[in-house]
Amino acid sequence: MSAVADTHAQDDHHHGPAKGFSRWLLTTNHKDIGTMYLIFSFTMFLLGGTMAMVIRAELFQPGLQIVEPEFFNQMTTMHGLIMVFGAVMPAFVGLANWMIPLMVGAPDMALPRMNNWSFWLLPCAFLILVSTLFMEGGAPNFGWTFYAPLSTTYGPPSTTFFIFAVHIMGVSSIMGAINVIATILNMRAPGMTLMKMPLFVWTWLITAFLLIAVMPVLAGVVTMMLMDINFGTSFFDASGGGDPVLFQHVFWFFGHPEVYIMILPAFGAVSHIIPAFSRKPLFGYASMVYAVGAIALLSFVVWAHHMFTVGIPIAGQLFFMYATMLIAVPTGVKVFNWVATMFRGSLTFEAPMLFAVAFVILFTIGGFSGLMLAIAPADFQYHDTYFVVAHFHYVLVPGAIFGIFASAYFWLPKWTGHMYDETLGKTHFWLSFIGMNLAFFPMHFLGLAGMPRRIPDYALQFADFNMVSSIGAFMFGASQILFLVIVVKCVKGGEKASAQPWDGAEGLEWTVPSPAPYHTFATPPEVK
Amino acid sequence: MRVHAKRAGVLLGGLMTPALSMADWTLNMSPGVTGTSNEIFSLHMTILWICVAIGIVVFGVMFWSIFAHRKSPGRKPANFHENTLVEILWTIIPLVILVVMAIPATATLVDMYDTSEADVDIKVTGYQWRWKYDYIDEEFGYFSNITTSDDEIYNRTEKTENYLLEVDNPMVVPVGAKIRLLVTANDVIHSWWVPAFGVKKDAIPGFVNETWTRVDEPGIYRGQCTELCGVKHGFMPVVVKAVPQDEYDAWVAEQKEAAQRERELTEKDWTLEELMARGEKAYASACAACHQADGSGAPPAFPALKGSKVTTEDMQAHLDIVVNGVSGTAMQAFGGQLSEVDLAAVITYERNAWGNDTGEMVTPKEVFEFKNQE
Repeated sequence: MSAVADTHAQDDHHHGPAKGFSRWLLTTNHKDIGTMYLIFSFTMFLLGGTMAMVIRAELFQPGLQIVEPEFFNQMTTMHGLIMVFGAVMPAFVGLANWMIPLMVGAPDMALPRMNNWSFWLLPCAFLILVSTLFMEGGAPNFGWTFYAPLSTTYGPPSTTFFIFAVHIMGVSSIMGAINVIATILNMRAPGMTLMKMPLFVWTWLITAFLLIAVMPVLAGVVTMMLMDINFGTSFFDASGGGDPVLFQHVFWFFGHPEVYIMILPAFGAVSHIIPAFSRKPLFGYASMVYAVGAIALLSFVVWAHHMFTVGIPIAGQLFFMYATMLIAVPTGVKVFNWVATMFRGSLTFEAPMLFAVAFVILFTIGGFSGLMLAIAPADFQYHDTYFVVAHFHYVLVPGAIFGIFASAYFWLPKWTGHMYDETLGKTHFWLSFIGMNLAFFPMHFLGLAGMPRRIPDYALQFADFNMVSSIGAFMFGASQILFLVIVVKCVKGGEKASAQPWDGAEGLEWTVPSPAPYHTFATPPEVK
Repeated sequence: MRVHAKRAGVLLGGLMTPALSMADWTLNMSPGVTGTSNEIFSLHMTILWICVAIGIVVFGVMFWSIFAHRKSPGRKPANFHENTLVEILWTIIPLVILVVMAIPATATLVDMYDTSEADVDIKVTGYQWRWKYDYIDEEFGYFSNITTSDDEIYNRTEKTENYLLEVDNPMVVPVGAKIRLLVTANDVIHSWWVPAFGVKKDAIPGFVNETWTRVDEPGIYRGQCTELCGVKHGFMPVVVKAVPQDEYDAWVAEQKEAAQRERELTEKDWTLEELMARGEKAYASACAACHQADGSGAPPAFPALKGSKVTTEDMQAHLDIVVNGVSGTAMQAFGGQLSEVDLAAVITYERNAWGNDTGEMVTPKEVFEFKNQE
């Protein structure tokens, strides 16, 4: 505690945050940048969520009522892009910015100026992306997977802006990832060996390597599109000797690791929250680390399971099927470890724990449907139906998003110095939990009954479950406003939080006062 | 296995919907009408039950902890955090389960890839936004367009039973024969799917994918395009009519004869009125999806034809665009898609409809000459 007291004392007379807007524009402080990432991410979450509401409103009943198919396609595309690149990824970078230096006992991120730059690129990228909605010909309308040639020869004029926006996002992500790696590898407190690192730090280290490996691939594929659209090349145009399937191989070589980029940090956070509220150490720390490593490595050799129906040869089909099934093993280990952590603990269920437990259960359901999708022959029936939509929303909503909510509630006392309103937090959880399941579980049935994804209108036999799903979606969407209320209330005031508000929580972040002072760990702590 | 799977499905349905017994609340995949779809269905049920079993065990332990290991006065949490034996076990057991699942999946896949010794070959081509079926050995082919009216789609009239799943010309196949499907596309990627057959194959421009099916029961089977292919992706259904062999043979003979009559029409002397009448129909099926029934288009992607330079000025340029398309845009080359008669009719129609009244016409013979001069 003495090191902490020093930091605090220093803070009072040393340089604090600048005043006014320049504090945010010019800041190199990891906490300020983390906060900006989180605010940006939540803004994008609401924007992408609004688009989901438009989609679900149109799908409430058969027939076209609210929007035209052209705009519907823009909504599905923008919803996907904004949620993936604007909501989930920046939220995890925000958590990393706030928590990694606190968890490893570093005074800041290793490259603070680059940190500022990688954040401020994001609003620019999304300004460009969102502005395409107001351009002639409309926003990108070819799905977030932007398969060529629909996105090249047949894409709207705004596609070039979309490509530029993706480039900027990629630059931002890569710089963020370099920063995370540099911080973790160079700035850990004395005594914190790799195998003593908190799991959130471990999962982010691995995520950062995934980002560095695949974001350039994404940049490559959009650059090839740029060439096809504007400079007369034929990478993906069959009539010019190109290959539309090549697009999918390159895209999914990025795309599959990308889905783990969106879930691994949540694995890490949940691995802190479950032990804290079970008042028991995490079961199988080492195997958790190895499992994340194994998942990350396997994620590079399974991409073509998104492409079982494109007509790849049977040998390729079998390889990708087996490799994909194999991912179930390390993922299973993680789930078993979390359950074993809870087993014979002393459990309480505050909002972070509720979200974390729901994460484990619902992510596992998403994992089961993933396993079903891995079986190539069965995938011929599931592929591109609502079963797939159900699957990836089950891994992304209660996976990534619930993981982020759990983290936010867990660390809010540390960030703000106040406890959030527990009753409201629990209400937020239950509304989200019920709404989310109501929205996405019936999609399994719709897919199995034969409803294709990305359609603005559907045959009559799909009407009932679509209505249920829309009602659930509206409920889930509306309850996110509550989260905003809870956070604002918590920032403004509330019960004072101690340095260690959760009696079972462990780690260096709980050794600094709440709220965490502007500068922490000017003197590195000692880890035994 | 099949019987068990069916029973399992019924049981699952019963368990999950005690209160909902309406027919529309379909919960599960249906077994379908081909060997492949039945194999897929039993794979699906097997893996579903394995997942359910694993789920019961894992969530069972979890809920036990949630209820029994809550914090209470005097409750001391245990402190264990490792157990090598348990950890090895829960790595090995899932691996074994996966191997058990991989075996039947591999067998089914090998079977699905065997496209040899087919009785009927049909080339399936995806267009924005309709399908074309070419009976390769019989030398005829035709387009299959959605027939659901805009009035139904925009809720101006009651929706009929097969809303969005009905076409003018379904694919026709004989029951019991092995049908090889050669799947490709003309513009963007589409995907041809009939759930009851367990067949889904992407239609990719520049590629010809092969798949096959053998339908056991006569009937009408419906599916949809499953790869996002543009604005009317939701409106390009697949309908297949499976009929007994003799009925199929009669249908083929009829189609061949009709194709022959169609070829002869090229030689006929057409009047402007005849071409306009035929052109209106051909336009509705081939052009209206993009350029709209009233010729207003959807700029900038799909230019208006009403009052445009192309349809009111140089006839040769108009012919060239329709026959050869415009590269780098969504305008396809219709030279290979439509007969000379339909090309002539469409162009004549476009030059005279919607107040374009040029009074000009082009005959099928002129189209034929234009195509062959190149």
